[in-house]
Amino acid sequence: MVEDAPDVETTGWRVADEVLEALLETIRESDEDGQPTIDFDGFVAERLADGSAYRLETPTATVEIEASTVADAGASPASRDDPSRALEPIAPYVTNWYVWERTVGGRETARRAFLRWCEGAPLDDPDVETGETKTDASDVLERYDALESGVVRHWGELEITARLARESSGHSGCGERVYEIRHVQDADATDETLEDHNDPRDAREIVTYDEDGRYRPLKTAPTLVTGWHFAGLSGDDLVETVRTIYPATIANWHREQRGDLDVDHWLETAERQTGIYDVIDELPREALEWLTEACCVDSQCLKRREWEYAADEPIDTDHGDGVFPCREPCSLVVAAARKWAILESEEEKTWELELTTTEMNQLAEIVNAVADGRVDEIREADVYDGANRYRARYLRAKRMDDGSFGEEATDR
Amino acid sequence: MQALVIAAHGSHLNPDSAQPTYDHADTIRKTGAFDEVREGFWKEEPHFREVIRTVESDEVFVVPLFISEGYFTEQVIPRELRLEGWDPDLWDSDGTDATEVTLEVGDAEKTVHYCGPVGTHDAMTDVIVKRAETVTDDPDVGPGFGLAVVGHGTERNENSAKAIEYHTERIREMDRFDEVRALYMDEEPEVDDVTDYFESEDVVVVPLFVADGFHTQEDIPEDMGLTDDYRTGWDVPGIVDGQRIWYAGAVGTEPLMADVILERAVDAGADVGDALEQVESWTSETPAAGD
Repeated sequence: MVEDAPDVETTGWRVADEVLEALLETIRESDEDGQPTIDFDGFVAERLADGSAYRLETPTATVEIEASTVADAGASPASRDDPSRALEPIAPYVTNWYVWERTVGGRETARRAFLRWCEGAPLDDPDVETGETKTDASDVLERYDALESGVVRHWGELEITARLARESSGHSGCGERVYEIRHVQDADATDETLEDHNDPRDAREIVTYDEDGRYRPLKTAPTLVTGWHFAGLSGDDLVETVRTIYPATIANWHREQRGDLDVDHWLETAERQTGIYDVIDELPREALEWLTEACCVDSQCLKRREWEYAADEPIDTDHGDGVFPCREPCSLVVAAARKWAILESEEEKTWELELTTTEMNQLAEIVNAVADGRVDEIREADVYDGANRYRARYLRAKRMDDGSFGEEATDR
Repeated sequence: MQALVIAAHGSHLNPDSAQPTYDHADTIRKTGAFDEVREGFWKEEPHFREVIRTVESDEVFVVPLFISEGYFTEQVIPRELRLEGWDPDLWDSDGTDATEVTLEVGDAEKTVHYCGPVGTHDAMTDVIVKRAETVTDDPDVGPGFGLAVVGHGTERNENSAKAIEYHTERIREMDRFDEVRALYMDEEPEVDDVTDYFESEDVVVVPLFVADGFHTQEDIPEDMGLTDDYRTGWDVPGIVDGQRIWYAGAVGTEPLMADVILERAVDAGADVGDALEQVESWTSETPAAGD
């Protein structure tokens, strides 16, 4: 039974039998060309030149195991007591090796990179050379200490906490991690006040509707509901849950980490379209500034826009600060662009309207309230707000006939 | 490792559109036949464009959850998946024969087996019949009953009507229902006049659509005269011109659809063990809705 124990200790690390077994098996199978058998996260295992023993080295301690012990690896548990105890000084390094090489596996996969990121470990991918990941808690002991209290990371509106799994008697000895996900706004909420989940599929319900029960067509919109948490997740289930909440963000972030994010700029995406979306490449260049300001800023989408008008023609709108990148205009942007491409083909006219200055300003207030999603917040009797319903109804009664500001306006 | 990607349309406006995709994906996940099962969409996320990169498997079976061959299966999906060297002629189909083509994709080192749409697979015929059983709560439904298979019509895509005709003919050959007819929303014979085309007192109406939405939950029930206002619902069976109309809703919501998706992947070379038998046994246990 794995659980989070509040009174964790920082000593007393141990190596479980299955980990010892895997370790001995790995070093036994080593070839004799002098290469280290294991060289992982500061843990190096190699056979001594004379073949008499194996040296297991970490930055803080070194342990030697007799070659005969290694050869006996398949023997009864009793005969393994010694190496097991001998490994205690380097236990975190050994279980860390085990969890990444055996439990997680998947070298160079996005899944592994994401799980490494979750605990602040350097991305152990030869293609990743970013400064951040190389300096980040690369020391296993520091990382294990941090995992004892929980390493907290933010991914969009998600707060992900990584911890070491524990058995009731203490450390599992396998280095296993458990993860918790909740909404960042629920950071300080007690577990009892949150709806408890452990099946990644439950996330589908959570992402489908916003707080007002409206369908969320864009998963990365900053409208994820609060009040839930996923506890006791395995690494695989963590990734599956995040994938359900923010599809493809891990894959694209990983590509970016590796320096090979394939960005499709506006023109490439627009020119590729067919059918009813064929028209979007006719959207005027300057409209891309308005489009991105309308749809792609942090208040509307948590992805960080990496696409521009064209590779050599940037769009001025703020790209956003999101942790995961947006590599091409999404389907919502494409669908909206179709509408705007059609609207932008309309000719501009000069209009003559009879409005007081306050009424003119009121039109702006109404547009702002709708654009900022503030309509529902305006109090019923707050007639001082130009976007108040009574104010809008009064303006309509006074200035509009048949739902329009003038005959010509509906003549389309 | 092998992965299954179910490619569906999805919707920006209606959350029900993707529901059958998720349901069938979950059924297939439960069989354990694939190391990974993913949903990919045109209008939802992950988009077709980015779904392949979310799998770790080298071999990916892509099954379009679409009714007919046409614009989406021939242009949109291959283009968005970046299928290298794609050409509709590779399917060598006259509108209902597409099975599979194996290609590489431009954004990942993966082999993609791009399958024909579920709607034209032979197994789909059984799903239509199963849908009739479900809506009537009668595993032996047939004698004394008419069956209408309803499609969109040919205005947008002639292959759409071909798929409807194909299954209609196959069901007719089963000699199970007294009458079997193809009806359309946009053209003759029109579903609006359903009672003109059947003599049987009982008629099961099965729309060949992937998901319930505007057409199946608003247009068709109102057009047939089952209800004046879709918002107030309708009876199953409902009486129209003295005949009992058993309106089934979109065939794509039938749990047995998972079987068709698997069949498509198997035809393309996927090793699914006993998954087909598992799905068939689960769906035969599904209690029928209604009274």
